[in-house]
Parts: sequence; C-alpha cells; structure tokens
Amino acid sequence: MKRTYLSQKIAFSFLFLATLLLIIPVGLIVVIIVEKGLPAITWQFLTDIPRQGMRAGGIFPAIVGTVYLVVGAIIFALPIGLLAAVYLSEYARDNLLSRMIRLAIVNLAGVPSVVYGLFGLALFVIYFRLGTSILSGSLTLGIMILPIIITTSREALESVPYSFREVSRSLGASKWQTIRHIVLPSALPGILTGTILGLGRAAGETAPILFTVAAFYLPQLPKSLFDQAMALPYHLYVISTQVPNVDEKIRYGTALVLLTLVLCMNLVAIIIRYRFRKKKSW
Amino acid sequence: MRKFKEFIIEKFILICGLTSILFVALIFVFLLKEGLAVFYTINPLAFLFGKSWYPISEPPQLGILPLILGSLLVTLGATVISVPIGAACAIYIAEIAPVKIKEILKAGIELLAAIPSVVLGFIGMVTLVPWVKTIFAIPTGLTALSGSIILAFMAMPTIVSIAEDALYSVPKSYKEGALALGATHWQSIYRVILPAASSGILAAVMLGIGRVIGETMAVMMITGNAAVIPNSFLQPVRTLTATIAAEMGEAVVGSEHYFALFAIGIVLFVLSFIINVTADLFLHKRNVQ
Amino acid sequence: MEIQANEILSIIGPANSGKTSFLRTLNRLNELQINVTMEGTVELDNQDIQKIDIELLRKRVGMVFALPTPLPLSILENVTYGVKMHGINNKKRLRDIAERALQQGYLWDEVKDRLHESAFKLSGGQQQRLCIARTLAVEPEVILFDEPCSGLDPISTAKVEEAMLELKKNYTIVLVTNNVKQAARVGDRTAFFLNGDLIEIDKTDKIFTAPRDQRTDDYIRGKFG
Repeated sequence: MKRTYLSQKIAFSFLFLATLLLIIPVGLIVVIIVEKGLPAITWQFLTDIPRQGMRAGGIFPAIVGTVYLVVGAIIFALPIGLLAAVYLSEYARDNLLSRMIRLAIVNLAGVPSVVYGLFGLALFVIYFRLGTSILSGSLTLGIMILPIIITTSREALESVPYSFREVSRSLGASKWQTIRHIVLPSALPGILTGTILGLGRAAGETAPILFTVAAFYLPQLPKSLFDQAMALPYHLYVISTQVPNVDEKIRYGTALVLLTLVLCMNLVAIIIRYRFRKKKSW
Repeated sequence: MRKFKEFIIEKFILICGLTSILFVALIFVFLLKEGLAVFYTINPLAFLFGKSWYPISEPPQLGILPLILGSLLVTLGATVISVPIGAACAIYIAEIAPVKIKEILKAGIELLAAIPSVVLGFIGMVTLVPWVKTIFAIPTGLTALSGSIILAFMAMPTIVSIAEDALYSVPKSYKEGALALGATHWQSIYRVILPAASSGILAAVMLGIGRVIGETMAVMMITGNAAVIPNSFLQPVRTLTATIAAEMGEAVVGSEHYFALFAIGIVLFVLSFIINVTADLFLHKRNVQ
Repeated sequence: MEIQANEILSIIGPANSGKTSFLRTLNRLNELQINVTMEGTVELDNQDIQKIDIELLRKRVGMVFALPTPLPLSILENVTYGVKMHGINNKKRLRDIAERALQQGYLWDEVKDRLHESAFKLSGGQQQRLCIARTLAVEPEVILFDEPCSGLDPISTAKVEEAMLELKKNYTIVLVTNNVKQAARVGDRTAFFLNGDLIEIDKTDKIFTAPRDQRTDDYIRGKFG
C-alpha cells in the first residue's frame, strides 16, 4: 500500500517538474526581452526611420507596414471567413460536401507558412501581376488566417442556443433574417475574439511576407497598395541575421515591440472572451 | 423583393463556404504548376534521394536528401523533447493541478503559443546557441540540437492543448470506477484515463509534429543552414522550409533553382496534408466512440 | 380532424404520443429539422398550408413553447420582433402594437416602466407571458400552445390559463398539455393521442365523463401515463 502511494508521489513530482520545464522558459523569454529591449524604447525609436544601415534610428516604417498588412489581411479574411462560418453553422448538412469543407479548413490551418509564401508569390505576385506589394502580402496573409476566422466564428455561432432560432422562425422570420438579427449579434463577442487572434497571428508571421511584400530597407513609407513595405517580423529577422554589428539594444527593442503588439492583441481577445462568458445570460 | 435579396445573399454564403476548398485546390495547383517543371531536368527519384544540394552550381545539383534528413533530424529531436514534456504537462493540468494554478498554466501556454516564431528564433540565437556551443565544446552552436529545443517549445502548446482536451473528454465514470476499485489517483491515470485518451493524444502529437515540420523562421535562425547530410545532432543542418525561405530571394524566376524550390514546396504540402488528415481522423475517431 | 374557429382544442396523451410533432406540423415548424417526411395535408381555411408562403403561415399560426424563451433583446424588442420582421418599422406604431399585445398577455402593468430592460430579468411566469404577447403582436389567427405551463408555478399557470380563456374570443387555440386537469379546465374540445395516432376527439365534458375508447378512459384515470 505504501509503495503505491510512494510511486504516485514520485510520478506527480515528475509531472510537476515537466510542467515547470515548460512554463519557466516562457517566463524567462519574456523577462529577457523586456529587460534588454526596454532601454531601446524611446519615442524616437518608435517614430523614426532606420538610419546608418539600420544600426540606429527607429523602426517606424516597419510598424506602419505591419499595420497595413494586418488590416489588409483582415479586410479580406473577415467577410469571407465569417460567411463561410455562417454557411457551416446554419446551412450545411452532414454530407460529403461539408466534410470536404471541414477537411479543407484543417488542411489550410496546417499548411507551412513558407508554402503560403510560395503560393502568394506564384498567384498574386506573378500570375496576377500584383508584384511584391502590400496587396500581395495582405491577400496571402488573409488566406493564411482564414481557417482561424472560420473556426472561431463557427464555434461562436454554434454556441448560440437553438431555441433562439426556433422562436424567430416560428414568428415568421426567414432564415437569413434570423441569422442577421439574432444569431450574428449574439455571436459577436466570439467572432471578435477570433478576429483579434487572427490579427495577432498575421502580425507575427514572416515567411508568407518574405517573397510577397517585404522590403529589406525602405526609407519612406509606402504610399499605395502596390508598394512594397517593411514589416516588424521581417525587420527583426534582417537585423538579427543579415546586418552585422547592430546594437543589441535595437534588436531586443524590435523584438519587444513585436512581442508586445502580438501579446496585447491576444490579451484583448482573451478579455473579450472572458467577459462574454461571464455576461452570457443564456 | 426581400425574397430575391435573400436568395442572392444565401448563394453568396454558399460560395464563401466553398472558398476553403477553393484555396486548398489553388495552392496545390500553383505549387504543381511551378514545381513540376523541375522534373524536366531531373527525375523525381534523383530529386528526392539525391545527396547533393548545390542549386547554383553549373549544372545545378538538386538532390534534396540532405534537406529531408535535416528536417527529419530536427523534427525527431523536437518530438523526443516535446512529447514527454507536453504529455506530462497536459496530464498535470487536466488531472492534478489545483484550479488557480491551472488558470496560470493555461495562460502561460497560450502566451507561448502566441509568440511569433521569429522572436523565438531570435531568443534562441542569442541565448541557446552560445550555450550549446559552450556546453558541448563545439565550433558553433548553430546545430540541429538547438533547433530541436526551440521547435520543441513551439510544438508544446499544440500538444498540451489537444492532449488536454483528449483527457477531459474521457468519461468521468471511467476514473470513478477505477478509484472505487481502490486504485490511487496516479494508477487511475496511467491505467485507465491515458489509454482511453490515447487516440486524442496521438492526434496531438501528430499535429505537434506537423507544426514542427512546417516551421521556418526559427530554424533558419538557429540550425546553421548547412545543406549537408547530417551525422549528429551537434552539426548544422538545413531544413526543407529554411531552404525555400533562404534561397527564393536569390533564385531567378523561371530557373531550375526556382522550380526546385517550388518542388520542395510540393513535398512540404503533401507531408502536411497527410499529417493533418491523419490527425483529424484520430480526433474524430475519438469523438465517435 | 377538424379544429373549429374560436375554440380551445386541448390535446392530451402520454409522452411520445406525437402531440408536439402534430402541433408543429400546423405551423410547418417540423420543417426546420433535416430529416422530415410528411404525408397527408393540412389546411388553413381550406387552403393547403404547403401552398401558403411559409413565413406568412407562421404569422397566421403562432406558437408558444414549453419553456419560456425570450430572445436576447429588451422586453420591447422581444414583443415587436415578429412585427419588425414582417416589415413594420415605424417606432410609434411598434410601440402601440407592443402595448396592446402586452395588455392582452396580462403583462403590461408589470413591465410598462421597464420596456428597455433585458427580457431575461423577468421571472419565469412573466417571461412566458412575454412570449405570449410576442406571438400576439403579429396578429395571428391561430395560436398553438405547446405545454406552456410546464415550467411555471401554479399562480403563473393560472394567469396563463386565464389569458387563454380570454384569447379564445378572438383567436383559435390549440393546446398540447401533459396536465389532464388543465385540459379539462380550459378546453372546449379535447383530443386524445396515443403512440402517434389520434384515438378520440370530442367535446371536453364528453371525453372526461363518457369517452368512447377504453384507452382514453384509462389514460384520464391515470392508469398509465
């Protein structure tokens, strides 16, 4: 009897240690980046263009480029993704077509990011002749985050109680009226959560923008959709690996800005999800 | 009039529903369009199993075996590290952790999942790589081992969350039955709950592997980018993904190098397709039970 | 089977006897499910309901469900929801319709000062009367009640029954109920369903004192159920 409790204690201790092994480095990573990157964060850093071959100055063009790309991605992915989710949740029956759609979404979610980059290059940059541009990059990122939007929106829609739909139809409302006036508004917080998570993902990705939009160095801000742009993740990569003798502060500072951007978006999404769960009166 | 408007809207909704299939097909078609062209210059077997990758030599040597092995080595290493730790963490969170700690842990894991790969690559470069170099007294820390460690951290959130779901969905009655028969908590876990959740855990592992194989930036920054057949974990390697990312910038559009990179893309696409579909099958097998 | 104008028809029978499924064919709500087959015809005023526009049908044949199901809207928005869906948007008109409907549902006095509050703040009995008002707002001809008092306390139940008796002056009412005594209190005629078949239908006092079928008698006496 004692032996089994002993083996349980040992086992549980190992499990706890393994968990620590996972969690502690996460905390360390954040701490290191904050500690070494914070000194670089000045107003000038955030608003100036890179100077001296990116060894000094700021990262403003990269921040702007990232914002453009992310906004462009969501403009493309949200309407299509949301309506696709509406289709899956409200219209699709359990047949071959819906299983194929589900399989396609699982696949899109698993395609390596660099393959998205190849695809964006072949389709948007070359075939549609959009060139390396914000448009190409946004479209590529948009397709990449489409599975996230579809999946989270679908879950939000499916969590709206069936009784709402039944009541609405019994009063003589049509299917679309029901969706538009009852289902979608009720699912809005969940949809919003998914959208912000998608935004966070798009902001942090490098490989899809490598061949579709990213500029190594662009001293002025992009003026049109067809211009190239700098972007934070690519900029971090460049100053870490391609440019020698960059002040460590600047590297960590760039990493900090990118990390903060992405984590803030995730935090906002989590807060929305949390308050929605608390507020739900049904 | 309203009926007509609604008819149009509903048709549009259907089209949006079909877009996911459309995009998968498009990706495959365009990869094939540019990638199959390489097989005019080299036959598929020589491509897949050729031992030399020198795409810019004259004539170009386009054997991707070193790259495949590089990817495999790094993936293997990452799996060996992330599966035990990830599974252990999932068990801890699902079965043992008190509620407050559970919340913190889950938040921490979501945090890890959200960190962009280029940031993890950067951190790995400045902390892990020098550390590996010192500990093993090797010429450079840019090795498969370093890559495996960082990739393990990228795979663990996936493994933990899906395995955790699998553990939660084991019916409570199984555990209660075991405890009622006198088993300790730990015994009920490893004899009853784990086997019951096995297909879900397997799916979690597969999706973790899928994540690792597809990773680009972190490996590019840490594994050293040497396209040679690796002998050990302590050598620089090159993965399939890093090859595409690193070399596409230099490849002339329409050259054999260019087609070869797309052909590597086909290999990656097919691999991820197989892994994801299989993992999804395992997840649904569990739901049906 | 015939349902007469301005009557209350009670439908009784044990669980799974098909009462609710029958009720839902009358407003074609069964068609919301995916695998539904139907045989035979239902006519509203001698018109096959399959040939009437389905949304118009549901306006003419309203339904109150077993559990109170307010929509996630304010009280006022709940009552006027159906009306808005049928095209009326004028605020004043909606307000008037809502007032009239809430009065018919015996709820106006209790909510007239808090029309903009969420409907979920009402008690169970109030929510059910809200659902009745909501159905009345679209001015149906027939109202289907599907075990409307199953989640309610006796006082709320009495209020709902009182409302039904008042409503039958202007509407035709079909009531499905598990409560045999309620059927006797409220129904002009009563129908007895068993295992998906209509066994007997007749004036309520006849059914309850001298039913033709032995099974009807057994059910009413509580020998099974």
